Amino acid sequence: MFDSLTNKLNTVFSRLRGKGKLSEADVTAGLREIRLALLEADVNYKVVKELTGHIRERAVGEEVLQSLSPGQQVVKIVRDELISLMGGEHAGLSLDRRPSVIMLVGLQGSGKTTSAAKLALKLKKEGRRPVLVAVDVYRPAAVTQLKTLGESLDVPVRFDEGRTPVKIAAAAREWSEENLYDVVIIDTAGRLQIDKEMMSELQEIKAAVSPDEILLVADAMTGQEAVSIAVTFDERIDLTGVILTKLDGDARGGAALSIRRITGRPIKFVGVGEKLPDLEPFHPERMADRILGMGDVLSLIEQAEATLDQDKAERLAQRIKKNQFTLQDFLEQLEEMQKLGPLSGILDKLPGAAKLKGDTAVDESEIGRSLAIIRAMTLEERLQPSIIGGSRKKRIARGSGNKVRDVNRVLGRFKESKKALKLMTGRRGKGRSPLDILGV
Amino acid sequence: MAWIDRLKKGLTRTRSGFTDSLGRVFARGTKLSAIELEEIEEILIAGDIGARVSMELTAELAKRRGRASGEELMSTLEAGIAERLAGSERPLALRKNGEPTVILVAGVNGSGKTTTVAKIAARLREHDRKLPITLAAADTFRAAAIDQLEIWADRVGVDLIKHRIGADPSAVVFDALDHTHRVGGVLLIDTAGRLQTKHNLMEELKKIERTVAKKLGRSSDERLLVLDATTGQNGISQAARFNEAIDLTGIVLTKLDGTAKGGVIVAIWDELKLPLLYIGVGEGVEDLHEFSASQFTEALFVN
Repeated sequence: MFDSLTNKLNTVFSRLRGKGKLSEADVTAGLREIRLALLEADVNYKVVKELTGHIRERAVGEEVLQSLSPGQQVVKIVRDELISLMGGEHAGLSLDRRPSVIMLVGLQGSGKTTSAAKLALKLKKEGRRPVLVAVDVYRPAAVTQLKTLGESLDVPVRFDEGRTPVKIAAAAREWSEENLYDVVIIDTAGRLQIDKEMMSELQEIKAAVSPDEILLVADAMTGQEAVSIAVTFDERIDLTGVILTKLDGDARGGAALSIRRITGRPIKFVGVGEKLPDLEPFHPERMADRILGMGDVLSLIEQAEATLDQDKAERLAQRIKKNQFTLQDFLEQLEEMQKLGPLSGILDKLPGAAKLKGDTAVDESEIGRSLAIIRAMTLEERLQPSIIGGSRKKRIARGSGNKVRDVNRVLGRFKESKKALKLMTGRRGKGRSPLDILGV
Repeated sequence: MAWIDRLKKGLTRTRSGFTDSLGRVFARGTKLSAIELEEIEEILIAGDIGARVSMELTAELAKRRGRASGEELMSTLEAGIAERLAGSERPLALRKNGEPTVILVAGVNGSGKTTTVAKIAARLREHDRKLPITLAAADTFRAAAIDQLEIWADRVGVDLIKHRIGADPSAVVFDALDHTHRVGGVLLIDTAGRLQTKHNLMEELKKIERTVAKKLGRSSDERLLVLDATTGQNGISQAARFNEAIDLTGIVLTKLDGTAKGGVIVAIWDELKLPLLYIGVGEGVEDLHEFSASQFTEALFVN
């Protein structure tokens, strides 16, 4: 009932894949499913109409009929259309002035304050000197929220009690210039796009600080309204881009397609978690792949490269090749994986994992338990698991707060992985992902 | 302003969107070709009613095409939506005989939980100046969430039980229940925003409810999901997953003062039979109203 777009399209395409060639009727049936799936993914109905129109044109054309596998061809067509709809390459921020000014705008609850802090962290990591500015004088404790986040990042937060948002913003820009801060991030109050007074306030702030970037912060779960929201903000203050938040849920991100298509403004970042480092650049092709169930492997690899210890990985690859993979390696692998964040986040990005996730909740505590069990072993036991007999098992179980059968399960899984690794290396000489080893 | 007027005002764009654009299609004649039926379907979808319900409603129209006037077709649609919402309204359940009432408020990030807790407290306070009301600041994760609730508690004039940021939310609830046992009345628990797909956070929410059940000897009286009216079809997943976790007793639909129609509630009621208690139509504490299915539908269609 609540299948994701990914699952739905997979169903359609598995049906198409079985056939040799696409008939007009096949295309119509497929398009109906695609239309429904896209609508249920909250893609704006106008965009859906345009998209399915393009797909039909291309799908019933020669291109498909001449290809050997029409089903796969349709997948490619849909993917191409999604990518071109979400617009070419990744668009970054243009922050050439000193100081540059970024203004964040959006509805209540879209995630502006959190996004402001995430941007500040990101810019800081890039060697910039950001300042956060609190101009939400309406929501109770909004200023305190930004101040707390700023403190945790060691980024100054500017605010003047009793002054208007326009004056606070202007003063903060001046202060930043004098104190050699080079990016000013203004966190504005949430507002409805139809609230004339509040929209005028944004125009005034804009006139006072002439921002380099005006980013709409939009919730990925937004429905058909996404377009009207984005269009109105764009008309009033000329957006330069969009930050799409809460993409770590199961929203299929139809809003991303719609906003990009209708306003022409690029989606520059996506929020993928509650923690401050959880802000990623938006990549149209990866988003399209994710929607189509091909997973977001590229960004996972990127994240892994940034987080994981390269030397360790290299050593591990060597050991796997020589079939010397031990429980100690297994432990290190699990620890490295934990650095990547919660498993559910990783699963989102793996092909086919959407299905897995829907069926069974991934139990993070299971990984924690495996870690505890292996940590309770001596180094000797980890390097040579064959010495672990009955009494050692009892000790390990007691030491890690588990039962002997839990210890057996970890040992069994390790053995299987080792066998699997041996097969893999025998065939291709390549290691498997830690996820395979875990049996996830 | 009566809430129906506020709602209508809020829904102006929707209403004219529905009536005007449907009227334009019907004006072309009521035989309704496949293309026109698809247009009608899209008009309904634009209200976030969902593809499936929209298709069903359109199919009902298709049966009557050519035999009914435009006006009749319009009321067929209105009746179709009203029928799908029938029985969806329910007032807040308050315990009598001095027994404490416990209300757990949950939802995804940014849906408006804290404001809703404050608004419910203000409504209860308005109805009964002597009723003891306690707020539990169980959102210990988001920066300044506790401060936000504290400001509201002061404004509305109710008690607040809080711990530090990062504390175990269940511990806050435990203390709040102790307090409520002493003073009686109503306890409103404001929880942290959580996406319904986050296993650990949903477990945390279950733990909060277990804490209530253990201490109270029964479940909480209301377990409400706060749903943002701009939410699209993901609202169904939110309702289903939160319902799985804590067996929801109802929904509060917030931010209905924009152009969003909140059409997803039709699908939610249709599929999950989770009643609607309140709608939020503005930022002020007075902007929370008891939901009425007929008025909601009327506001969507009335000229």
